[in-house]
Amino acid sequence: MNTSLTNEKRFALRKKQPTPKQNLKRRKLSQKIAFGFFWLMGLIAIAVLFWIVGYVLAKGASSINLEFLTTRPAGGFDGEGGISTTIVTTIYLVLFTIVIAAPLGVGAGIYFVEYANEAQNHNKFVRWLIKTARTGVEILAGVPSIIFGLFGFAVFVSYMKLGFSLLSAGLSGACMVLPVIIRTTEEALLAVPDSYRQASLGLGATKWQTVTGVILPTALPGIVTGIVLSVGRIISETAVFWVTLGGSYRLPQNLMSSGRTLALHVYMLATETRAFDKALGTSAILIIIIILLNLAINITSRRFQKRLSGK
Amino acid sequence: MVITSLEEKKPNKSKIIARNFDLFYGDFQALKDINVTMPQNSITAIIGPSGCGKSTFLRSINRMNELIPSVKTSGEILMDGEDIYTQDVVELRKTVGMVFQRPNPFPKSIFDNVAYGPRAHGLKNKNILEELVEKSLTDAALWDEVKDDLHKSGLALSGGQQQRLCIARALAVEPQVILMDEPASALDPIATLKIEELIQNLKKEYTIVIVTHNMQQAARASDYTMVFNMYPDRSGYIVEYGETSQIFTNPREKTTEDYISGRFG
Amino acid sequence: MPRETLDTKLSQIKDEIYLLGSMVEQSVLDSVDTLRTRDMKEAKRVYDEDNIINEKRYALENAIIILLATQQPFARDLRLLSAMLLVVNELERMADYAKGIAKINFKIGDSNIAIPVRDFQKMAEQGVSMLHRGLSAFIEQNPNQAAAIPQEDTIVDDLYNKIYRATIEQAIANPEIIDQANNILWIAHNLERFADRVTNICERTIFITTGELMEMGSSDDENGIEFE
Repeated sequence: MNTSLTNEKRFALRKKQPTPKQNLKRRKLSQKIAFGFFWLMGLIAIAVLFWIVGYVLAKGASSINLEFLTTRPAGGFDGEGGISTTIVTTIYLVLFTIVIAAPLGVGAGIYFVEYANEAQNHNKFVRWLIKTARTGVEILAGVPSIIFGLFGFAVFVSYMKLGFSLLSAGLSGACMVLPVIIRTTEEALLAVPDSYRQASLGLGATKWQTVTGVILPTALPGIVTGIVLSVGRIISETAVFWVTLGGSYRLPQNLMSSGRTLALHVYMLATETRAFDKALGTSAILIIIIILLNLAINITSRRFQKRLSGK
Repeated sequence: MVITSLEEKKPNKSKIIARNFDLFYGDFQALKDINVTMPQNSITAIIGPSGCGKSTFLRSINRMNELIPSVKTSGEILMDGEDIYTQDVVELRKTVGMVFQRPNPFPKSIFDNVAYGPRAHGLKNKNILEELVEKSLTDAALWDEVKDDLHKSGLALSGGQQQRLCIARALAVEPQVILMDEPASALDPIATLKIEELIQNLKKEYTIVIVTHNMQQAARASDYTMVFNMYPDRSGYIVEYGETSQIFTNPREKTTEDYISGRFG
Repeated sequence: MPRETLDTKLSQIKDEIYLLGSMVEQSVLDSVDTLRTRDMKEAKRVYDEDNIINEKRYALENAIIILLATQQPFARDLRLLSAMLLVVNELERMADYAKGIAKINFKIGDSNIAIPVRDFQKMAEQGVSMLHRGLSAFIEQNPNQAAAIPQEDTIVDDLYNKIYRATIEQAIANPEIIDQANNILWIAHNLERFADRVTNICERTIFITTGELMEMGSSDDENGIEFE
């Protein structure tokens, strides 16, 4: 406080200030303007979103019918046929990728959150290794997917001679979603209150019993959310699979078969054929799948919240 | 004298003894030369200003401090004459239960919460488990309130009930010592008094050590009081230890006097 | 200081106890003075004003209990407040002795018994002096000062014995005045008890500062009958 002010001066200064009541109108007005502005921004964002989804669904709807879903693509300049094999390939690829990525990612996440702290007691090299791995995950999460594609092409397709195949694509896809799964697992584990760990250990449970008995069950919905997110990522990915999965529209016979996912099919229809309506139809199917996936995430995370609050 | 006959008969077998106990977090010494003897079947309250090592000392008794990787200790803490730092830590924590500041039931059913500890120690028989759960909940003065809702989530209970559930969970592993870290600080006054009464009943079977910021609580609920303070280098030490009746009416040390009469610092 | 509220209230209560003490002192000096002047109106005033002292005592007791309940003091504060409860009680009882003396003054009425006014005054002055210093020691929590006071009780005891013997001798020589002699003895007794009670205040002073409860001085007739 400025103590050099005389009381009179202070009184005069005070008089010049607007009273809170005079201020009230202006403060309320600025509140209204700000509120209106953000409301408008939100409205525009939602409108754009609905426009895109609506456009694709509306335009694509005309080409969607049972035949479209159940016949295989016939190729050609006109994009003959349906999308049956691409749906199946997508499912194959998702399953294969998740089977590889989920145990790795969840395991790594558990290690980073539950066990890596104990590494402080280890030697410098182990500590450095853990730190590097952490940083690596951070960086990988931000890498554009085409880089994973190039890596997969160079290593799996060419160097390991796995060719354009479900195997190459699955391994590359796993590399791509691994950081996502690790990070969501970490977040889910970090959201488990530390007091659960302490309570469990305090009861004489071992670390492993604590992880399996309390921590994982509590974090499971969060971890599942991460895996479902990865599924979405695989379904909508084109760049990686463009350079690792090939583009055959035949049904894959084994892991070494080439194939074509829905997203890849959209890309190919749009760039290599004149069947733009079929590209939109396939897109509509993709969008519907993604929406369903997001609903699933919402439901699991809501259950997660419920579980933590006990309601 | 007439006065002595008014006092409760005090037990005299010592349960926990700390001898020249020091604790370090890295280079920082958090506890300095702790020497204290806690009698069996008694309630010992630990009071003192924030950051003086009360909880650290409490967590030394079941080696919870070891969750922090940089912790080092010297000296010894004996339980029934045996150094707890040479025992197996999992075995020790079965003997020394702990109740935390905030009620922390697992997101499981009431039954599974209480059965968690015994199950972790390998108890599988359903009948024995049920018996144990009922006994623990009864001892924790919660059975009557939850006996029809054992399948309900422990998190659906009120704060005071949750804390009693946590006490039941600790009792279920049949410990000898129960450590409580400000067990009532998150509860309303009535729930607090319930917990305090419960503690009084529990001391018949257990030895209880309780950290509290609430001096009235220490005065109400304990037999012995340990007053912690810290040196200028922030390491904690015991200022005074004695019967609660003496500490709160006629402390020997000026620091205790200042602290409990609220004229500290 | 984090306990300003408690400290402020405590010092207010201390002031009030001082005030109560001086009222008690005044009333015992006045009551003895009426023995000299035989002014019955004045004696009536002393007798009536005991009510004011009683009221003050209850007000103080109430204030102390409220402070105990609301501030929940520990250690020295707790000892001080519980000692204050006892001290205001002692002061009230001491005022009752003054009231008793005033009452006896009516009873003596216009009988012509010789009242040993000089010795009564000495006893009263000694008692008041002890109370004054005893109460100061209590309020200032000075155990050394408090420890010295109970010894002075012997001065009062000696005066009491002196009056007792003289009065008994008079009564033996002249059995008709035995009722009045009895009244004289009661006055002496009241003044003797007055001084005894200072010892209790001094004991409380020691209790506040050391936490020890102990018997002080040579109160030989703790069970004496009181005339009120």
